[in-house]
Parts: sequence; structure tokens; C-alpha cells
Amino acid sequence: MQLLHNITIDHYLYFSVALFCLGIAGILYRRNAIIMFMCVELMLNAVNVALVAFSKLYGQTDAQVFVFFIMVVAAAEVAVGLAILMMLYRNMHTTDTDVLDKLKF
Amino acid sequence: MLTEYAFWFLTFVALFSAIGMIISKNPVYSVLSLIVTFFAIAGHYFLLNAQFLAAVHIIVYAGAIMVLFLYVIMMLNLNKVDEEKRSVWSKAAAVASFGILLVVISAAIGHGQSQQTAIAAASNFGTTETLGLSLYKDFLIPFEISSVLFLSAMVGAVYLSKKEQYN
Repeated sequence: MQLLHNITIDHYLYFSVALFCLGIAGILYRRNAIIMFMCVELMLNAVNVALVAFSKLYGQTDAQVFVFFIMVVAAAEVAVGLAILMMLYRNMHTTDTDVLDKLKF
Repeated sequence: MLTEYAFWFLTFVALFSAIGMIISKNPVYSVLSLIVTFFAIAGHYFLLNAQFLAAVHIIVYAGAIMVLFLYVIMMLNLNKVDEEKRSVWSKAAAVASFGILLVVISAAIGHGQSQQTAIAAASNFGTTETLGLSLYKDFLIPFEISSVLFLSAMVGAVYLSKKEQYN
């Protein structure tokens, strides 16, 4: 069970869960779309930490390749998402999600 | 013993700078706090024998993605303290849902019976060589498809940020 000296897989899972919940809390807490976007990045990284810890536990590199693909998707997502935010700001002059509520049910 | 201290140090740095990212009013400070979090996560990768992944993480996240965020904040001129006029109740609800979710998932982890024992990894585990072999032999098709994903993301970003009114 031990990955490092006295550090088990559970420690890494608790750390990953704490980061993930902080990301969710940030999305609920903030109304600035850019900060919410950064919280999504934080949640992706929380999953990456868990994947790398499991990769060490099982002695296989497959999970590290998955982390690569998550990074690829995150980079593509940031490029498109920031372009959308730029266009929103150009047309609406705000990134506040309390104002950008036209799609709200 | 030293790795244990390093684990706790990196964990607390990552968590506290993540909290700082959420609660700081200035978006630039939020970006800087998130960069500190990413460096701490890269340190965790080093501890877990994923040296190449740690280097890539620093290059991609701290070097590219967060710089992109900083540029957008600068271009949109958002680097002023934004007055968020939200009720205390909605913020309290956010904090409460954070706590409840944390307790639920942590309890799920605590009750899980993990039978698996750690497997002693090979000495070249996590190096560029083993990772490259795995990426180009077992995961060649997803690797090629991800290049198409990047191309479409690039075209989409250029198309979206054209100076044109859509309304």
C-alpha cells in the first residue's frame, strides 16, 4: 500500500478529492467566468494527481499516458474557451455570469 | 522520511493556494495562486517518479495555459478588484456544498477496502523512454486523433476571435 515512506494511496486520494471539491466550491462561489474557468482547470488537475498515484501503485505507465491526453484536452479547451470569453466580453462588456444569463431556464 | 515531509509540504501549499485562488478579489492574484498550485502538483509528480510528466506539466500549465489566462485578463482589462454583489446566503451555500461533497467522497474512500498492494515499479518507470514507448506503441491512434483535436481547436479559436459583430 505504501507509495512513499508512510504515504499510502489513500493520502493521495484524499488530496485529490480536496482539490476537486475546491474546484467545485470555486465555481459555485465566484461569478467571474474566467475564475470559474480556472476552477475547471483545478478539477482536471485533481483527477491527474489521482491517476499518477494509481500509476505508481500499479507500476504501469498507462495512467500517465491518460494524464497526457487530459492535458491535451485541457489545452484545446482553454484555447476555445478563452476565445468565447473574449467574444462575449466584446459584445456584452462583462464576464459576470449573473449578467450573462440569456440561456438560463 | 524526507519524502514524507515533502508530501505534506506540497499538499498544504497546493490546498492553501487553491483557496487563495478562489477567495482573492483581484483576478491577477487568482492566476498567480493557481500557478503556485500547479507547481506544487508538479512536485507531487516528481515524488511519484513521474519526472517527465512533471516537466510537461510545468511547461504546459504554468508556461502556456496560465500565460494565456493572464493575457486575456490584461486584454479585457479585468485586473481591477471586481465588486461581486452577491448575497451572503449564496456564498454560504457554496461553502456548505463544498463541505458536504468533501465529507461524502472522503467517506466513500475511507470505507473502500483496497486489497491491492503496491507493485514494485521498474527502475526506468516514468522516464521519457518508457512513456514514449507506451505513447507511440499502445496509444498511437489516440495520439494521432489528438492532433486533429488540436487543429480543430486552433481553427475554432481563430474563427471565434475574429473582429465581427454576431448580434
